[in-house]
Amino acid sequence: MNESCKILVERRGDVAVFWTDGYINNQGGEEIARQAYAQLETGARALVLNLEKTRIVNSIGISILIEVLEKVMDRKGVLAFCALTPTIDKTFRIMGLAQYAAIYPTQEEALRAVAAAG
Amino acid sequence: MARRETLRSGLEGSGAREVSLTIPVASDMEIVATAQVAAMGEYIQMPHDKIDEVKLALVEACINAFEHAHTRDDRVHLTFRVGRDEEDGPDYLEVEVFDQGKGFDHSIVEVPTPEKTFSGGKKRGWGLQIIRSLMDSVAITSGEWGTRILMRKYK
Repeated sequence: MNESCKILVERRGDVAVFWTDGYINNQGGEEIARQAYAQLETGARALVLNLEKTRIVNSIGISILIEVLEKVMDRKGVLAFCALTPTIDKTFRIMGLAQYAAIYPTQEEALRAVAAAG
Repeated sequence: MARRETLRSGLEGSGAREVSLTIPVASDMEIVATAQVAAMGEYIQMPHDKIDEVKLALVEACINAFEHAHTRDDRVHLTFRVGRDEEDGPDYLEVEVFDQGKGFDHSIVEVPTPEKTFSGGKKRGWGLQIIRSLMDSVAITSGEWGTRILMRKYK
């Protein structure tokens, strides 16, 4: 049985957009991190994570996303989330992720914001 | 609407409805268990966002049991209940997570904070905090016999 998250990444200039589909646990989080670090290594300045097709992110997955955020911040980059369910949004706020990363209702708003921050 | 009327009659007639499930300590079994939360939540027509909150609380409770309890039977025992405190009160969905592990003293578990998490320090240990934040009531009892987490969310 494999409940792991599927991840699609598209590079748009210096912005990498991630689409997740499924449960983000330790394996899903690590795969996002692996692909995020690869994007940073090849010059991405901003990462936009669209979680529209993810309904559950557990605390281990969030802890890995926090590590990704810290790496992006170290590089003076930008990390933005969009299309979160109310429960994921709430959990990100509980764990403090929302204090350091921007959260937008839609991908379009996230992309506009990271472009403006560039 | 007809389904709703049938449900009200059922809950009023005989109190809580209960379903039990035992899952092995194995990867992704916590997600299998969330299907029962969805079914019971839909049974009382709980809003989907609230069902999602119960699902995540269950996932966190299962992960804690998987990682820390060292269960004697290599299983986690789950009970799902829907019911109502008073005749005219709101319906609730209750989940009991029981493991026959080594137990722990939840009163001395360090409360995580975003500041500690983001200062390069410990990023794990958020499970109980998330459960308490998402559910309306949480009761934890633990000892050498194991740990029982009883958590309830009102519709």
